[in-house]
Amino acid sequence: MPLTEQPVLSVKNLTVHYGDGCPLCAAHLEKNRCSACGTVWAANDICLDVFPGEILGIVGESGSGKSTLMQSIYFDVEPTEGQAYLSDYYKGEKNIWMASSAEKRTIKNNIMGMVYQNPILGLRMDYSAAANIAEKIIAAGSRNAGQMTERAKELLTAVEILTSRMSEAPKNFSGGMQQRVQISKALANNPSLLLLDEVTTGLDLSVQAKVLDLIRKIIAEFGISVLLVSHDLAVIRMLADRTIVMLDGKIIESGLTDQILEDPQHAYTQQLVHSLL
Amino acid sequence: MEILRIEDLTKNFYLHNAGKEIKSCHDIDFTLEEGQFIGIVGLSGAGKSTILKCINRTYLTTQGNIIYNSSAFGKLDLTKASEREMLYLRKYEIGYVSQFLNVMPRTTAKEHVMNALLEIGTPKEQAEKDAKDMLFYFRLAEDLWDLYPNTFSGGERLRLNLAHTMVTHPRLMLLDEPTASLDNKTKMLVKDMLIKLKDKKTSMIGIFHDLEFMDGICDKVFNISEGNMI
Repeated sequence: MPLTEQPVLSVKNLTVHYGDGCPLCAAHLEKNRCSACGTVWAANDICLDVFPGEILGIVGESGSGKSTLMQSIYFDVEPTEGQAYLSDYYKGEKNIWMASSAEKRTIKNNIMGMVYQNPILGLRMDYSAAANIAEKIIAAGSRNAGQMTERAKELLTAVEILTSRMSEAPKNFSGGMQQRVQISKALANNPSLLLLDEVTTGLDLSVQAKVLDLIRKIIAEFGISVLLVSHDLAVIRMLADRTIVMLDGKIIESGLTDQILEDPQHAYTQQLVHSLL
Repeated sequence: MEILRIEDLTKNFYLHNAGKEIKSCHDIDFTLEEGQFIGIVGLSGAGKSTILKCINRTYLTTQGNIIYNSSAFGKLDLTKASEREMLYLRKYEIGYVSQFLNVMPRTTAKEHVMNALLEIGTPKEQAEKDAKDMLFYFRLAEDLWDLYPNTFSGGERLRLNLAHTMVTHPRLMLLDEPTASLDNKTKMLVKDMLIKLKDKKTSMIGIFHDLEFMDGICDKVFNISEGNMI
């Protein structure tokens, strides 16, 4: 049988709520907020698997829980409930959210890479592009300056940034270049999972095309699995194998990307697809 | 050997904003043998494309079964296959060709064909060789190979689409009006190529408006009217 691989990432029953919750929450949610106690359910019982070499797209309106999901996986937000397993962490047998702080740092540095919508969150704007990459390599335990420089050159070349500009700080770069430096930083330690949060939002069309093309090439070349959050359905159509649709903290629909876009089942997904320009 | 069996296939679309159900095709039954070519004809809106899209799982079937005899999984019902099984089948066994070209930005014609091979793990050098052979086979002018295809003519796009789909040698080809808007000379070229594919035992289901085109290539022709087979 050709499909025997275990998922690179498996998220089970992820729930993140702000507030204590009450017995009435389940029946009194207005969008994702309980009208009885005011608790906000940012992510509500999310389950998903990402398989090797796969791009899983996540779409949904602002406030639907997409970023909460990504940030929970990357330890930026602490889940209220749920488990997540990575095939590269104890062979997928231990919940990463129960890992020690030191283990979480190792997971962030060695197994996952994150590219934020806002490069300020992912880059040190005053350090050079090369130093940003080196920082990630050092965090993974390497101390060989020569190797770090070589790796920085290799990665910046892969994202089409001139190595002659590797000593410059990202604050002097354009938005598209900053995004590409972020991608190279995220790839520094050959992660098995890349988390991309709205990476093309705010970029002009030609730069978007460059970033998309780059992501696709990197995935093909390095065999990385990707969780891709975007509200741009064209980006999802172009890149994602499967897509999940989120609304009010819940997954309302999932399927093959072309099926989600051409035969959406849920009222919200139909509205979303029909809003396409 | 039977490759595909469609049983009582029905597809309706429920439109939430209008609060009503649109019937597309219903009670479709047919079988496709290995190396056979089935043609589907009918007026626009009759539900022809719906059948192909249900097989490809671009549409979710409302009712009925689509039993496909897979090399990898044996007999499986495509309406119930997992998403990963469908992705695998699309990469390795089932090819879908339409008149529209969907290419990544900044991807040349040759790269587009190569990508289909690289996705299934073919080494780069071999992928490049096979892609060139396939573009040559489909008679796409060599000086177009390294260009971005968004400026290509309808006929060139179609040949690129066919090359992209055929380069992985799918067992089952779904042709969704690939000859629409092509001139007669290009249509005959495509017909000639489809006959060659048929000779190689590729099983095909094709939707065409042009009855003359289907003459001499189709083993069976179904006429779809208002979602029904007649």
